[in-house]
Amino acid sequence: MARNDFQGSLDLLVLKTLAQRGKLHGYGIALHIQKASDDLLRVEEGSLYPALHRMEQSRWISSEWALTETNRNAKYYRLTATGRKQLQEAEESFEQLVKGVRAMLKFA
Amino acid sequence: MVLPRRIANLFFRSRVDREIAAEIEAHIALRVEDNIAAGMPPSEARRDALVRFGNPTAAKEQVASADLALSLTSIWADLRYALRQLRRSPGFALTAVLTLAVAICANAVVFSVLNALVLRPLNLPDPQRLYTIEQQELLNSYPDYRDLRDRNRSFDGIAAYGITEAGLNLGGSPSQVWDIECTADYFNVMGIKPYLGRFFQRSDEHGPDSAPYVVLSYPYWKTQFQGDRDVVGRTVQINRHAFTIIGVAPPQFHGIELFFWPDLWTPLVEQSEIEGANTLDERYMRNLFLIGRLRSDVTLAQAQADLYSVADYLKKTYSTDDDGMLFKLTQPGLGGNYLGPPIRAFVTGLMLLAGLILLAACANLGGLFSARATDRAREIALRVALGSTRRRILRQLLTEAVLISLTGGMAGIAGSVAVLRALSKWQPISTFPIRVPVNPDARTYAVAVALALMSGFLFGLAPLRQVLATAPWYVVKAAASASPTRRWFTIREALLVVQIAVCAVLLTGSLVAVRGLMHSLHSKLGFQPESTVVISTDLNMAGYSANRAPAMQRRMLDAFAALPGVTAAGMIDNLPLTFGTDEVSVYGSDVSDFRPSHALADTYAYAASPGYFQAAGTVLLAGRTFTWADDKSAIPVAVVNQEFARKVFGSVENAIGGHFRLDAKTRLEIVGVVENGKYNSLTEDQWAVYFRPLLQAPSISTWNVVRTDRDLGQLAPHLYRTLRGLDSALPFTLLAWQKDLDASLFPARMAAIALGVLGLLGALLAATGIFGMASYSVGKRLKEMGIRMALGAGRTELLRAALGPAFRLFIIGSAAGLVLGMAAARVLAYIVYEASPRDPFVLASAVLAMLLLGITATWLPARHALNIDPSKLMREE
Repeated sequence: MARNDFQGSLDLLVLKTLAQRGKLHGYGIALHIQKASDDLLRVEEGSLYPALHRMEQSRWISSEWALTETNRNAKYYRLTATGRKQLQEAEESFEQLVKGVRAMLKFA
Repeated sequence: MVLPRRIANLFFRSRVDREIAAEIEAHIALRVEDNIAAGMPPSEARRDALVRFGNPTAAKEQVASADLALSLTSIWADLRYALRQLRRSPGFALTAVLTLAVAICANAVVFSVLNALVLRPLNLPDPQRLYTIEQQELLNSYPDYRDLRDRNRSFDGIAAYGITEAGLNLGGSPSQVWDIECTADYFNVMGIKPYLGRFFQRSDEHGPDSAPYVVLSYPYWKTQFQGDRDVVGRTVQINRHAFTIIGVAPPQFHGIELFFWPDLWTPLVEQSEIEGANTLDERYMRNLFLIGRLRSDVTLAQAQADLYSVADYLKKTYSTDDDGMLFKLTQPGLGGNYLGPPIRAFVTGLMLLAGLILLAACANLGGLFSARATDRAREIALRVALGSTRRRILRQLLTEAVLISLTGGMAGIAGSVAVLRALSKWQPISTFPIRVPVNPDARTYAVAVALALMSGFLFGLAPLRQVLATAPWYVVKAAASASPTRRWFTIREALLVVQIAVCAVLLTGSLVAVRGLMHSLHSKLGFQPESTVVISTDLNMAGYSANRAPAMQRRMLDAFAALPGVTAAGMIDNLPLTFGTDEVSVYGSDVSDFRPSHALADTYAYAASPGYFQAAGTVLLAGRTFTWADDKSAIPVAVVNQEFARKVFGSVENAIGGHFRLDAKTRLEIVGVVENGKYNSLTEDQWAVYFRPLLQAPSISTWNVVRTDRDLGQLAPHLYRTLRGLDSALPFTLLAWQKDLDASLFPARMAAIALGVLGLLGALLAATGIFGMASYSVGKRLKEMGIRMALGAGRTELLRAALGPAFRLFIIGSAAGLVLGMAAARVLAYIVYEASPRDPFVLASAVLAMLLLGITATWLPARHALNIDPSKLMREE
């Protein structure tokens, strides 16, 4: 069974964002998800940070403090090797879910 | 200690908090910048950023709870809180920790002994295939061994061995060593490899005295040869004969007996050089242990059947000596299985008692904890009211319990390690290389920690129901009062009764054992060990031949008798109540068929010199003792004990002048009858015994018994000088006879000590239990009693109300315990001489001790109850 719930999808979105964009801070992640999904997906910004922390505890991502383009101090996250593996698994399991749901909807 | 850690943690927590805050701050600031860039007015930009983010405090909390390190901190907080709580009530904490420490210590020690003696297999390869082979009695003869070895089809190998003392000379004066004489297969059967050199081989042995080789034990090699690896090939003198060292046994190897640590091993074929006599051709001389290694494809039943057929063959072929031959397989390690059953039963019994102590301790702690929970009901209710979950409160209480159980457990383990170290180093019997190897191993520690944690959870959960039932409004609205429902008999009370009963059992047991020991010390031994020195000599160790020995023995006795202060001196081949007694069947004087089944009696045989009975203080009942005229040329005579006279001749008078036979050649005339005594152990049934004159039944190794009317300490140096003057190369052991008796008293003494200690621990726990119960019930009813007192109640009534329940429980528990203790004491009678539970002295002391205990434990609470000042009490709250 593909494990999938909202938290799983948020993890997937964050991991994918970091895979596409490399180093990014929390605000950047939220913006990227919104932009890349053509405004279809909006992350509740407050809930982003517990997820980031959890993923950091699991060592999927690592963090460091750095300056933004506007010279502001922000915490930047990047994907680790474990995170890359996790992303792959999450993508596969999401594909399964989508396939499953689609099949279900088409069932006559 | 605690303070810096607390500061570090505050710091840690706040550092995490600050970081999260900064991150969220940055997020909002970035959004505001973008909003402004998109053309919003600044105030609108900030509002929009905050709305989009949601509740920053909630986010912060969620982040913190995702943090593993911080959830650890919350456990740490519980721990700190528990520590603080315990420090606030040091009396409670100390009592709980000590109670548990004592119980865990007792259990770890007893378990360690059980582990060493019963559970742990012998420290040899494949120990489960090793068996002692006994005939009807424990020991076997060498010819029987050879037949068994060659005719069985069930064993990979069978070895025979005997234990003896020898004089080893490394140059200088000889020292006494303990030697295992063994057959060549011995080390093969054990399945071990030499540490240095080699072991004995079948090919070394070509009949008597053909293999003058010796294998050293590792400790002996380490201490006497300083671990010199070139020792192999060196020659040493054993009993004045040259032996070549061929090897050193591995470090942990000390033969198969659990307690016995020999210094060296020599081949059994060298027996005549070591012992001065050769008994290897005598089928009736049963003096060897047999140990066999079962073949891996043979079952125990098959081996047993095989042994039956060998025994049948022996019975038919050697009908005189092997009449009624029967072999059985027993567990090795404790003198074959000779000492096994009593030791195992005793240690298992001890373990049971220790378990009971732990139970008592748990009951005690359970009581303590639930009393404490009741007292903290208000605090708990407050926490519930403030929104704490019950799970969280329970976790807190459990943390406290586990903290106490671990501290108590650690203290208990530390104590037990100290006790066990001492026990392992201890040499209980000065003349015999006995050690009790009970070093704690991983298993002991595991058991101790498991017991501690288990009891922690057990008593930690005692207040579970109380906490779950706490309603927030219950305590807040009114002052803490007695629980509204009063049941007939609570678990706590039941536990207390059990605990007191256990204590009474232990107390009775220890009293019975101590009483038995006192009996043993004053029992009729058949000799008077006071004011007597015994000197063991083996002339063979100094190279005397059998025909030169009697003259030397007489010279020694004459020299001792001439010393100032010596009232009598004599010698005997085996001292009563030391190891080694010869068991001999005696026959009627007209018997010609000497099968064991035709014997008149089984007896112990001794050979004694003139003067022995006077020196030993053995009372002559009729006839005469020996003189130097009873020599080889005179008619063979004997002195018998009263039991012999009664059993064989009906009375002492009839026995004098009577005759009996040992074999076809030896017919003895009875010239005297002496009093009965103890010969092999203090608990034995009365044996028939005969003594022959030493000149007619010579023995090269003897015990000199020297009685004096002066101080023993003054006599000893004279004896030393005399012996050195007679022959400086003769090794000997000299000690007071009473000291030598230690070995015989050892089991009784051990039982008394072990039970005494356990009894004391039990008493201690019961006292704390009763004390806790009594002071708790007084404390809880203080207010009620204050009112009663104000209303004019008398002191007796008050006391009855305050202590009645505790005392009632105490009486029930004591009565049950005393009855059980009486029953348990029957078991003790097997180990301790004349231990009788029906002894009125024991009964009276047990009852008295329990009463004293009860009164002592309730004394303080009673005073507390009587000193209530009603006016002061009423003013409170």
